[in-house]
Amino acid sequence: MKNLKFILVLVLLTLGFSSCSSDNDDNILVINPLEEYNLISKIEDNGHHIELYAENQDFIIGYNEIMIRIKDEVTGEYFSNPTISWIPMMHMMNMKHSAPKSNLSIMKENNTISKGFLVFQMASNSEEFWDITFNYKIDGKEYVTTQVIDVKAPKDKRQQVTSFLGNDETKYVLAMVSPKTPEVTINDFKAVLFKMEDMMTFSVVKDFKVGIDPRMPGMGNHSSPNNKDLTYDETTKCYIGKLSLTMTGYWKINMTLFNEVGELIKGEALTEEQESSSLYFELEF
Amino acid sequence: MTIIKCAHKVFTLPMAWCQPTIKWLTQWFVILGMTNITAQELILPQDSIITVNLDEVILISARKTLDYHRQAKPLSTLEEYLESSKKVTMVKRGAYAWEPSLNNMFSERLSITIDGMKIFGACTDKMDPITSYVEVSNLAKAYVASGQQGAKHGSTIGGAIDLQLEKSDFRDTGLQGGVETGFESNNEMNVWGVNLDYSRSNFYIDADLSYRKAENYSAGGGEEVAFSQFEKFNVAINSGYKLNEHQSLAASIIFDDARDVGYPALPMDVSMAQGVITSIGFEQDSLFGSLFNWNSKLYFNTITHIMDDTNRPDVPIHMDMPGWSDTYGFFSEVRSHIKKHSFLFKLDGYYNKSLAEMTMYPNVPEELPMFMLTWPDVRTVNVGFYVEDEIGLKGSTLKVATRLALQNQDVADEFGLNSLRIFYPEMQKSKTRFLKSISGQWHKMWMPWHLNVGLSYGDRAPSVSEGYGFYLFNSFDNHDYIGDPELANEKSMEVNAKISWKKEKFKLSAEANFFHIPDYIIGEVDPNLSVMTIGAEGVKVYKNLEYANLFNTSLEMEYIPFSQFKWTSLLSYHRAVDQHKENLPFISPFSYRSSLTYNKGSLSGTIGMTGAGKQVHYNSKFGEDQTKAFTVFSLSLGKTFNFNNDLMYTKIGMENIFDKKYSTYSDWKNIPRMGRNFFVTVSYAIN
Ligand SMILES: [Cu+2]
Repeated sequence: MKNLKFILVLVLLTLGFSSCSSDNDDNILVINPLEEYNLISKIEDNGHHIELYAENQDFIIGYNEIMIRIKDEVTGEYFSNPTISWIPMMHMMNMKHSAPKSNLSIMKENNTISKGFLVFQMASNSEEFWDITFNYKIDGKEYVTTQVIDVKAPKDKRQQVTSFLGNDETKYVLAMVSPKTPEVTINDFKAVLFKMEDMMTFSVVKDFKVGIDPRMPGMGNHSSPNNKDLTYDETTKCYIGKLSLTMTGYWKINMTLFNEVGELIKGEALTEEQESSSLYFELEF
Repeated sequence: MTIIKCAHKVFTLPMAWCQPTIKWLTQWFVILGMTNITAQELILPQDSIITVNLDEVILISARKTLDYHRQAKPLSTLEEYLESSKKVTMVKRGAYAWEPSLNNMFSERLSITIDGMKIFGACTDKMDPITSYVEVSNLAKAYVASGQQGAKHGSTIGGAIDLQLEKSDFRDTGLQGGVETGFESNNEMNVWGVNLDYSRSNFYIDADLSYRKAENYSAGGGEEVAFSQFEKFNVAINSGYKLNEHQSLAASIIFDDARDVGYPALPMDVSMAQGVITSIGFEQDSLFGSLFNWNSKLYFNTITHIMDDTNRPDVPIHMDMPGWSDTYGFFSEVRSHIKKHSFLFKLDGYYNKSLAEMTMYPNVPEELPMFMLTWPDVRTVNVGFYVEDEIGLKGSTLKVATRLALQNQDVADEFGLNSLRIFYPEMQKSKTRFLKSISGQWHKMWMPWHLNVGLSYGDRAPSVSEGYGFYLFNSFDNHDYIGDPELANEKSMEVNAKISWKKEKFKLSAEANFFHIPDYIIGEVDPNLSVMTIGAEGVKVYKNLEYANLFNTSLEMEYIPFSQFKWTSLLSYHRAVDQHKENLPFISPFSYRSSLTYNKGSLSGTIGMTGAGKQVHYNSKFGEDQTKAFTVFSLSLGKTFNFNNDLMYTKIGMENIFDKKYSTYSDWKNIPRMGRNFFVTVSYAIN
């Protein structure tokens, strides 16, 4: 009996070591690299399983970071270095539109996983729905599949994406990327800004500036010190700044958007009379 | 009424008043038998002659000495006793838990200890000075030392108050007990006290229990001051055991619990303020060499303070604000006489945890509560070494003393540290400071003249609020306060002098001190910051001023025309400015008091007067306005009765006789003081 236990331990240890060392040269992993994430959608088509992972339990309105793996239905093996592109589509009562998105790129840490993001401006409902079409290439062969997904409002119903018509008569979508878990501290504040070229095309807007003024409407609309406005970062293609939250609770992050020459595109600066901006995010924690 | 008016006249008469007046008055006072209420007589000089120490000793308990006539008002609050000191004034935020100030400096600049034990309040709004966690029944005396002369128990700028616990201390008195009760008309305060002591030459145990409950009080003119009620329960046990002729152990525990305490001057009340104060001590009469009176103590105390705004109408937002403060400490002291030197060596240390939080409940019910740490679990470790040497010189005495201490403060709570880093991104988690104090005090006597001169230097670390406070609302100046962990230590250079002229029947002394305080810590408005508290005017951040200067002076007189009469008077003047000659807040205007005491046999009586001039120097930036001049009068009468072996003592009195509506410079938001008040106390001692 004792020997058996010993052998078991030995086997487990060997397994553990081999899995650790196999990271680079073997694509099949014993330990799931996406363990911390939730499988939010699974498509079975073309003899493949396309798995979509995210931090949330569901697709939600706003910024969604998504990781994708494609598995061979027969062997159960994940394909390495697939080329995948995606098109999200909202099917409304009398029209269709897409959503801002990034390209999918293979993760450095694991070449079976492709990573990207989608920004949903609205939730699915009984009459209107979202789907995602995947075009992907494996071993030189191209495949297509479409899956209906369910986009939900975030649990706290707080606004973390906003689409609006700017003073320059252009439609924009601004979505908050982080803080995902806000804390009482100076948080890294990140957002993505897209210009709506047409119903199907969204392009990243560069070199604008977003003034931020976080407020607590429930507490005399007070602000916080040492915030840093969002500025464009070329490497991440995101707008990056700092957001100070001096206590937990409901915060409204009032914003003003300026174009590259400093003209106000959207939002109002806050004063005694102007208690909030028409451009804002919400956070509650 | 005519009598009282006459008395008033007496006090305003110049000192050389004529004999016939005295005789005339004497007759009346014999009939009235008045006692002191302003309680000049409570302040006993340590010796009959002025020593090198300018300490004041305030007698609190009469239980052991049965010296009842010395008590102005038995069963009055500890704060009332302390207020009778020459140097102590009180900041009032209501009827309960007044904050003592010494030389016009408050808690953070003072060292306040109980039997040498460090205790720190748990309220971010200073609702609980540590004097509020004991009862008069626990205490024997209060020592009040000015400036660096108070450095024995800790670093200080303004001075020290050490409250000494009442103990039977191996007096062979057997079993003794007593019951006390008191009633005050103005706020219908009932006080009950029971004590039971058993003491033998090798063992003692003392227990006392007291309870007081007061309703709202009324200001002069009869206007009720809402939310000024309070209720307090206190029980204390002290015990000592002699291991042998040379060694003894002592232990004490105080449990103090105040409930439903109103703070009419503040936007919140307190639902519970609880303190548990414990210690064990060891004494040995000699150590080695020439060292004697070795006295050591280990202690622990824990304070819980729960604020409450649920009884207040129209609060913009409801909030919970609990605070906790735990202190673990020790000290060990020993004395030595070598030739003309008498030394005291003391090693002490403490560890304090201060944590306070604030949860605000939004008016929109679906929103999550707002939470922050107002004191981020600050852990303070302080270890100090104190030496004093009293040197007998030819015809004079010199006392030199020094304290060196190392203090480390560490923000233990990650949440709190992150909160503060919003303001100070570079802030370190922990900060160490070196604190030092050195003082010299010289006393010279040429009968009947005495001269005391002192010179000293000291510094202090910022308090938890000053260093780490996070949006602490001060309702006085209507600002939120933010601490600064990088504040420099506040330093103090002090000179003091006292000259006295003493004859058997007449004593006159003039005293002055001057503090030059570089890096004086005070809040300064930061216009870039946004207020957190709804309705607040702005945010202040604690800063070091370049310097501040404080000056206090007083003139004291005591005259004993006949052995049973004593007339005392005290005049004082204070002034304090910063480097721009701007007034500092909470500085007393010219003030005065005077009392005449009669004391013979079982009868005692006092008539007293106290008042202040118009406040000339004030600072509206700190929420101050000009406080008007006032004078109030009081009188009391006491008598002792003997029943076989037992003793009964009763005292009746009236305070604010003319029901004057007034407030002093130190009354928070000009909250009026109590109007006319009658009190009765009965103490019955079973021997
Ligand atoms: Cu409090």
